[in-house]
Amino acid sequence: MNAIARAWDSDVLYSFRRTPVAFISAAILLALVVGAVFCRWVAPTDPYDLASLNLMDSFQPPAFIADGTAAHWLGTDDQGRDLLSAILYGMRLSFTVGIASVLFAVIVGVSVGLLAGYSGGAVDAALMRLADVQLSFPAILIALLIDGVVSVSLPVAVRDSVQVYVLIFAIGISFWPQFARTVRGSTLVERGKEYVLAARVIGLSPTRIMLTHILPNVLGPVVVIATLTIGLAIITEATLSYLGVGLPPTQPSVGTLIRVGNDFLYSGEWWIAVFPGVTLLLIVLSINLFGDWLRDAMNPRLR
Amino acid sequence: MLTLILSRLAQAIPVLLIVGLIAFGMFKFVGDPVTIMLGTDYTAQQKVDLIHKLGLDQPFIVQYLHFMWDAVHGDFGVSYRLARPVMDLFVERAPATLELAFCASVFALLVGVPAGVYTGIYRNRPLSRLFMVVSLVGVSLPTFLIGILLILIFSVHLGWLPSFGRGTVVHLGFWTTGFLTTSGLMALVLPSITLGLFQMTLIMRLVRAEMLEVLRSDYVKFARARGISNRAIYFGHALKNTLVPVITIIGLQIGGIIAFSIVTETVFQWPGMGLLFIQSVQVADIPVMAAYLMLISVVFVLINLVVDLLYYAVDPRLRMSRGGKARA
Repeated sequence: MNAIARAWDSDVLYSFRRTPVAFISAAILLALVVGAVFCRWVAPTDPYDLASLNLMDSFQPPAFIADGTAAHWLGTDDQGRDLLSAILYGMRLSFTVGIASVLFAVIVGVSVGLLAGYSGGAVDAALMRLADVQLSFPAILIALLIDGVVSVSLPVAVRDSVQVYVLIFAIGISFWPQFARTVRGSTLVERGKEYVLAARVIGLSPTRIMLTHILPNVLGPVVVIATLTIGLAIITEATLSYLGVGLPPTQPSVGTLIRVGNDFLYSGEWWIAVFPGVTLLLIVLSINLFGDWLRDAMNPRLR
Repeated sequence: MLTLILSRLAQAIPVLLIVGLIAFGMFKFVGDPVTIMLGTDYTAQQKVDLIHKLGLDQPFIVQYLHFMWDAVHGDFGVSYRLARPVMDLFVERAPATLELAFCASVFALLVGVPAGVYTGIYRNRPLSRLFMVVSLVGVSLPTFLIGILLILIFSVHLGWLPSFGRGTVVHLGFWTTGFLTTSGLMALVLPSITLGLFQMTLIMRLVRAEMLEVLRSDYVKFARARGISNRAIYFGHALKNTLVPVITIIGLQIGGIIAFSIVTETVFQWPGMGLLFIQSVQVADIPVMAAYLMLISVVFVLINLVVDLLYYAVDPRLRMSRGGKARA
């Protein structure tokens, strides 16, 4: 109880309570995440359950329009799939890919950064040169190329089922250099401090010094960058899915739903593309606003 | 200067060799050209002969060098999907992509710089606040979503502008241009805005931040004290000094424009190189994919070289630190 009270009084949470933007974006984000995680119970129907689809229900407009039915709040798509349910299940996939790929990028980037910063010399130069080269290409291009090359190399039979992992890998690889560079910079500073020298004097192994002594002290900025990168990763996933090299229509993420809906823009069924689009905008906007606030709140110099 | 160019080129060569290895690896491990070319009915001898004729019995490194040699000469083989030389396809589609990228950059500059100056000078006017909100949404909206929304509003609802293709193009030798016909120009509007919006918000925010900085400086105060008109201060003194970082950012953003032209071209079915690439990925057309991979890395190596040289020309401090200790 004491710990909770202390946390409530901490600087970061104080700033959180006093910043309406942070509060509102966190609330929207929380609502979206809860909807995505518990989609099985929140969603009116299961979009993966083919038995629940009824072609007679296809192209139902949303409920607030004159022709809409209360059964489908946001209308239905060409297969008669309830759009609200499809969006909730799609958000789960978008969040999964976004968070998993950033985790992957953090693990790779932090390991490389620690190793480069702590060992220095040729290892450092080689690893950072690699990061520099990759940073000179836009992340989305790297993700697109890796995703394209890997999915082409896979047998057609397994392509759809492993596509999620291919995407996580491709997007994760495209974001690791930012983390590596940040961690390397802080590691260089920490390496010279007394507690690291003390740990070396008592004969701890380099691995142990890096993981238990330096790592906790360099993670602060990583958390901030990771938050903002999740937004970018979700955009990247949605873009790849929209381009048709991401998640297949049988397993639609928000981006795939927009791709499907794109075909019906001209015939007047605008809601099939627009509602997933608005969802994506809400996700990314709330993550960006929350991340911006977090960056300012965790930086004591800005206060 | 020459040493800088040479050292950058020396760094670029391994990058290009590795990209080439990846491109070659796709050929090597995806699909088997021998079974494709022989069909179903062949003898063991025919198979051995064909493997020998294609050079597939040679060591990996020999095949790789052979591939790179052809690539340097612009020979990337024949597209599986369209059955035409890959290089012809790229030459044919390059004008579409380049014109689109050019218009997007012009749009970003012509709107971004004035909007940045305005929001920098009049920070608290409603129009400035509107610009800032729009730029926040512009940064958070994925490119393809911007395109879809523009199509929905201006093509489907209002019917003002076309939603796909280049309109009527005029052939000038090997170049096709949409600049000379009304339908070509109309077709350029929505894709250019879609592609340039992100760069526009970036330039606007940058110019605004720089203007705020410069307007606080002593020489602007002094210019005011001398009674120089606002107009001369804003455009003669302040704006000029904000342009250096803007030029650098634009150089770096050319890469972003190329990357996102893939997305924009898909949304608007724009017959450029990006659309060609995406269509090739979907059907595993490996020669086109390999060629795009290599072309794009050459372009990026060149962009980075130019940006490095620009930095070098603009910032004298970099000249001092070369030869001294390495960058921090």
